[in-house]
Amino acid sequence: MGLLEVKGINKRFGGLQALGDVNLSIEENTTHAIIGPNGAGKSTLLNVLVGKLIPDSGSVMFDGQSVLGRKPHEINQMGISRVFQTPEIFSDLTVFENVMIPCFAKRDGAFRMHAIESIFAERGIQEQADAILDDVNMLEKKDMIASSLSRGDKRRLEMAMCLVQDPKLLLLDEPTAGMARADTQNTISLLKEIREKRGITMAIIEHDMNVVFSLAERITVLAQGTPLVEDTPDNIKGHPKVREAYLGEAQV
Amino acid sequence: MLGLEKKDFRLLLIVIGLTMLAPFILNPFPAGSEMAQFNAGYPDLMQRFVIFGIFAIGFNILFGLTGYLSFGHAAFLGAGSYGAVWMFKLLSMNVLPAIAISVIIAGLFSLLIGFISLRRSGIYFSILTLAFAQMSFALAYSVLTPITGGETGLQLALDDPRIFGASQTATGNIPVPALFGLEMRSSYELGVGSWLFTFNAGYYLAAVFMIFAFYMSIRIFRSPFGMMLRAIKSNQTRMSYTGLNARPYTLAAFVISGMYAGLAGGLMASMDPLAGAERMQWTASGEVVLMTILGGAGTLIGPVLGAGMIKYFENIFSKINETILHGWFAFLPDGLENVVVAMIYPFIGKGWHLTLGIVFMLVVIFLPGGLVQGGQKIAAAFRRKKPEDAKPNATEPAE
Repeated sequence: MGLLEVKGINKRFGGLQALGDVNLSIEENTTHAIIGPNGAGKSTLLNVLVGKLIPDSGSVMFDGQSVLGRKPHEINQMGISRVFQTPEIFSDLTVFENVMIPCFAKRDGAFRMHAIESIFAERGIQEQADAILDDVNMLEKKDMIASSLSRGDKRRLEMAMCLVQDPKLLLLDEPTAGMARADTQNTISLLKEIREKRGITMAIIEHDMNVVFSLAERITVLAQGTPLVEDTPDNIKGHPKVREAYLGEAQV
Repeated sequence: MLGLEKKDFRLLLIVIGLTMLAPFILNPFPAGSEMAQFNAGYPDLMQRFVIFGIFAIGFNILFGLTGYLSFGHAAFLGAGSYGAVWMFKLLSMNVLPAIAISVIIAGLFSLLIGFISLRRSGIYFSILTLAFAQMSFALAYSVLTPITGGETGLQLALDDPRIFGASQTATGNIPVPALFGLEMRSSYELGVGSWLFTFNAGYYLAAVFMIFAFYMSIRIFRSPFGMMLRAIKSNQTRMSYTGLNARPYTLAAFVISGMYAGLAGGLMASMDPLAGAERMQWTASGEVVLMTILGGAGTLIGPVLGAGMIKYFENIFSKINETILHGWFAFLPDGLENVVVAMIYPFIGKGWHLTLGIVFMLVVIFLPGGLVQGGQKIAAAFRRKKPEDAKPNATEPAE
């Protein structure tokens, strides 16, 4: 049984069947890519996994517990972290504060009334934050306001914020969308490093086939809200159904 | 020191110094001189400075940190006032239980209103709080007259069943609020040359509370809790995808700022033991919003400055009338004098709101960070003369 088990998920938006009977199993300690043409339902699926959308039917089990009906922050506390297409960071706060917040969330849970303690006295949290910033090579930028970072740095900061929570599953929504080639390569190597060093299970939604084939160990192809095939990257490359979904029948 | 960083501790010391020496600082002009009308060092106004300072400091914890703009905070101030007056009526004329109950009542009341209002954010939150405050005002004004005194307000009477203490003094008067015998209205006057300085017991009590309130606000600003509140203002999506529940954080901030408002209301009633429904009206709620923005929302000292400035305008500017203006411009030829007076007159006296409005407009347009930002700019301009300090302090999140 996989770390994440999705069974028979259906989701309709009015007349549109966004997800139709989706089954998906993400094994522990793998990088699983979900690809598909535009409108295939990738983002809808992701939003179901993090609790932003509630499906009409089906079940989502994570680590033996149901995810459905829980709020995003509860799902995060279960061990699922998410990286967004455009980095979601605390823009008005410093880089250091940005990584301290997930440290507190990890240690204290969804809410704690620590209104009198001083941040400056939280040595353990500060060391943790320093360590993760060092890991992503951003230690020298720790006092910068996050909004002034470059796009690539924002992405790395967001990644650091997710990693410092030590998630069991990291969801990445097009982590290289809109990036320059050099930044894309950096992100790929960063993700590879995370995968090898920390052994975090990852699920990636991505358009860029270069990224997909350099990272993924399993690939699921979605088309029109339904999984077409699930296989290893090598088998997916030449799969006729995949070419059909991407290129259209006429050209086969 | 006291769990504060050096810079914050210095700021606290400055505030302590200013509030303790306020009777001197606010009375720079000799009594009886032309300029004496600009003196603000009389007890009534000084009390208002610090009490509204407390109100604004508390409001800033909610608005400055989380960005949730409440338009109904006066309701908590009013509730606190009513609570305090009832304590005077029923329990004793000692101000401490009255202040304690006002904080508790405001806390409970804000818990209720916050719990409902915080289901929405942005303009909907503002409208909800405004609606609740106006409902409270309307209730206090009419239906709840047995509790609130309705139109006339809640006052002490000669037949109050006071448990600790007499209903009347030996001379048949209503007793006055006191702190273990020290009457709030009692003052000590110190004459130095032609200057007259007034030291009022009520002012100093309120000032001590304000210093404590200010100290607590620094602690909150510098705590992990305060950081979470700023994170909520910055990005709620990331907040929830970081496993943090924004609702209890905002509710806690709302209740804390409600308790600050209650403290201000309790102190107000301690200085002058009556409470009226107009304290809950939306204009009073709007005033604290103005104070906070004028001084600098999200900064530590800004709300206090804003409160001081608005109260100074309200009490000093509004007293300048046409006769005084004619006196000032008497040196001009008659026709010109009348023209000048006619031009200035709309901005002073009863027209002080116009001046305040213009000042507010200028601050919002040119100094979005309020008076504090103005101060920082001036400080930076001075520092620029020394080349090594030329870098502006852009990374400071607050203050």
